[in-house]
Amino acid sequence: MTKLSQRHLLGIKNITRQDIDLIFETAANFKEVINRPIKKVPSLRDVTIANAFFENSTRTRLSFELAEKRLSADTLNFSASTSSVKKGETLLDTINNILAMKVDMVVMRHASPGAPHFLARHIKANIVNAGDGTHEHPTQALLDGFSIHERLGEVGGKKVAIIGDILHSRVALSNIFALKKLGAEVMVCGPPTLLPRHIASLGVTVETDVKKALAWCDVANVLRIQLERQQIKYFPSLREYTLYYGITKKMLDTLKKPILLMHPGPINRGVELSSDAADSPHSLILDQVENGVAVRMAVLYLLAGAN
Amino acid sequence: MQKKLILDTALLDITLNRLCQQLIEKHGVFEDVVMVGLQPRGIFLAELMHAKLQRLTKKKIPLGYLDATFHRDDFRRRDTPAKASETRIEFPIENKNVILVDDVLFTGRTVRAALDAMIAFGRPASVELLVLVDRKNTRDLPIEADYVGRYVNTLESQRVLVEWEAQGHKQNKIWLINKD
Repeated sequence: MTKLSQRHLLGIKNITRQDIDLIFETAANFKEVINRPIKKVPSLRDVTIANAFFENSTRTRLSFELAEKRLSADTLNFSASTSSVKKGETLLDTINNILAMKVDMVVMRHASPGAPHFLARHIKANIVNAGDGTHEHPTQALLDGFSIHERLGEVGGKKVAIIGDILHSRVALSNIFALKKLGAEVMVCGPPTLLPRHIASLGVTVETDVKKALAWCDVANVLRIQLERQQIKYFPSLREYTLYYGITKKMLDTLKKPILLMHPGPINRGVELSSDAADSPHSLILDQVENGVAVRMAVLYLLAGAN
Repeated sequence: MQKKLILDTALLDITLNRLCQQLIEKHGVFEDVVMVGLQPRGIFLAELMHAKLQRLTKKKIPLGYLDATFHRDDFRRRDTPAKASETRIEFPIENKNVILVDDVLFTGRTVRAALDAMIAFGRPASVELLVLVDRKNTRDLPIEADYVGRYVNTLESQRVLVEWEAQGHKQNKIWLINKD
């Protein structure tokens, strides 16, 4: 198969194992491309891509923009804070106006879960979900899976613990779908108030003791506490969270076997990860950032190339 | 489906030896010469030629693999995106004489894409093209090979199939196949 089963990348839930494998293979080729003296290929030179970010983003947005430029696509950048959305325009109107300028693909981040799915039903352009509220963040899960695959040879059979604010994390949900499809064992770990009540029905084990989770896993994917999405208090204080769930280099060094440490960023140093842990040899964090560009190039290439 | 044998194992070996001698005649001691096999099928020929040439010249000749998929001109003009293969060029090609190697020369579009892709690695002093089979009168672009194993007259509807031992076939053979 050289074609994805979907026209859009809305989430990991609705793509297949074959899709993920194809994206990984293509991403490996693009990783070689971005390490060449000239890091650019002409594949998407007649494709125009709008980056519509209705919610703040640094790394995802830069990563997508770089991926588009490395593929020679034309890019339009749009952020809600500086646009007519503030004047009361609807989402569909905004996007239709962008598409009227002959745009082929839309990379979209939105605070409302399901916003890209809604658009996919109404417009013709290919849509890539760059995060929809607390729902999914498919390219992050793909680059996390790709990074594990690259470092450990395969994802199947590996034990991955996702640690932190599972309740508000789209990265957690997309990662669970991706890792399960790739045959990994998944554990979620966090304070009980930050674990969704029925999360075990997705086939993951639930743990509230971070030390047990670290001792169990091959890979720990640590998430940020998403204070901006929390309307109520889920734990007494950040200091207390760090005391019970913060990961330090000392904890990693006392484990029986070395584990890999991942974080989707942005890191709150000294909260979920201590500085010496984030910068330790266990850390895969900067690999994740590099792989992010290659994986996004693969997704854009595969979606744009299928008629 | 009709199949006709163009080159069998013995004849193919003679042809490869002749191509090696032609390269040695041109490049002498292979100073500043590198070989680049085109993915996906040119690499088997490149590996065979490379082994023979190293034996004959007793010199180490750099060999790389180049995939031109992302430089193709038919992206979004076919139903599915073309699948890429590995590119591995672990030596500088700046100011080198590059010998591009592919199995079959047909429309010339792959070679055009490969020339484009190669520039990403530097500016070679010269580029030559070596092919095992040149399908005559089928070119879409003004591209010709410098070294040719065998010229074959073919129809658009025909296909040239090259089988290599390295791919798991019993013998190295080249077939002309009538589609349908």
